[in-house]
Amino acid sequence: MNRVVITGMGIYSVIGKNLNEVKDSLYLGKSGVILDPVRKAMGFRSALTGMVERPVLKGVLDRRMRIGMAEQGEYAYIATLEALKVAGIEQSFIDQHEVGILFGNDSSAVPVVESVDILRNKKDTMMIGSGYIFQSMNSTISMNLSVIFRLKGINFTVAGACASGSHAIGMGYLLVKQGLQDIIICGGAQEINPESTASFDALNAFSVYESEPTRASRPFDRDRDGLVPSGGAATVILESYESAKKRGAVILGEVVGYGFSSNGEHISLPNVEGPKRAMLMALKDSGLDASKMDYINAHATSTLAGDSNEAQAIDEVFGKTKPLVSSTKSMTGHEMWMGGASEVIYSVLMMQNSFVAPNINFDNPDEHSARINIARETTPAGINAFLSNSFGFGGTNSALVITKFSH
Amino acid sequence: MQNDEIIYKINQLLIEEIEIDEDQIRYDADLKKDLGIDSLDFVDLFVIIEKHFGFKMKAEEMSDVKTLQDFYSYINNRVNPN
Repeated sequence: MNRVVITGMGIYSVIGKNLNEVKDSLYLGKSGVILDPVRKAMGFRSALTGMVERPVLKGVLDRRMRIGMAEQGEYAYIATLEALKVAGIEQSFIDQHEVGILFGNDSSAVPVVESVDILRNKKDTMMIGSGYIFQSMNSTISMNLSVIFRLKGINFTVAGACASGSHAIGMGYLLVKQGLQDIIICGGAQEINPESTASFDALNAFSVYESEPTRASRPFDRDRDGLVPSGGAATVILESYESAKKRGAVILGEVVGYGFSSNGEHISLPNVEGPKRAMLMALKDSGLDASKMDYINAHATSTLAGDSNEAQAIDEVFGKTKPLVSSTKSMTGHEMWMGGASEVIYSVLMMQNSFVAPNINFDNPDEHSARINIARETTPAGINAFLSNSFGFGGTNSALVITKFSH
Repeated sequence: MQNDEIIYKINQLLIEEIEIDEDQIRYDADLKKDLGIDSLDFVDLFVIIEKHFGFKMKAEEMSDVKTLQDFYSYINNRVNPN
């Protein structure tokens, strides 16, 4: 079995367009949530959203490479460029080795809406053009990036709702660990637009704390009233230790455990037992005791039931040592298909810089969150090992244990 | 529209919409081999031509369109059928 290390990271997030900006935002507890008047005009119950500007890729990529990419593909391209640079992997290396891609994504709404609008208007599919089909599929990101970067290894998209990004890293970890691939570009991406979140707003799941957008996402807080949708992209490059050593790559961390489970109950309401099993499985896989976890990056999305259940699960697993807990979704909002991957990056940045980012907007605990050790402020902390949770609709759960690398 | 207007317009569309290098635009350029216009680009040309010239190209009519000159003639014959 191979050791699986992280040699590259890249991020395009509502709290920063690169690793340095994101690190600063995490340290300062800066929110990326805004009020979007377009959503209000369209009829959304909640106009709150994370927001990031679209990158300009004309002049960077040729037309054929750009035309099949949806919004979230553009974010993923930028994040992957940074990750490959950090990893010291150039195109010439990729051309001579099998590098794979496993990217988390679970929607691509706008291209579907636009292409069908054209059809309804023109009554002729010949007026749709060549790009929309490649933009429309859930696998749009892995599909496009494997062509742009000329990848020759594993190539597919992991769709697991809000655990997509985390499961993508988990699956990548299993493949590298088993020696089936030396290097895999893993990650998660999420489109930010009204078309993809309208049916989610229909569930009354979003916060309506519109008077103060940066205070609306308040995981674990007693007065939380729902999540804030967000997005962007995050790329994590996993590599076998042997391959990293051979290349002389700088190792950013080591993935030592992946746990997963399914709740087997409600399609949208989480439970305690499923997430608990995923965390225990990740710990068992890592060979580390719960007491070794210095930090938990919680999934907590600022929903009433979800945060409570996760707090209970964390308490049941980690109650004896009470490691520091924060949900970076307090700053970013819920990055959905991107979240599992971005939150690994946020946590590695904390690990590298010896601090725990605050769970902002945590003014008062509820009965469950009172039992866990939530970091209200930026907290200096030596992190040798952290656990990152991601849970999604359908009761899909993913937990990753990542440590500093030691020889 | 006169033939030279059509040629000018086609060239502009190829440069701006299909992003063909202006230096590559020659009447005898092979659409595929010299200009790199592949089957997916033709799908987009269908949309572009309809929008800018007001008619729909037909795939079965394109089999003899090999060079840029062929393409100019094809469009001209559709715009100015007489």
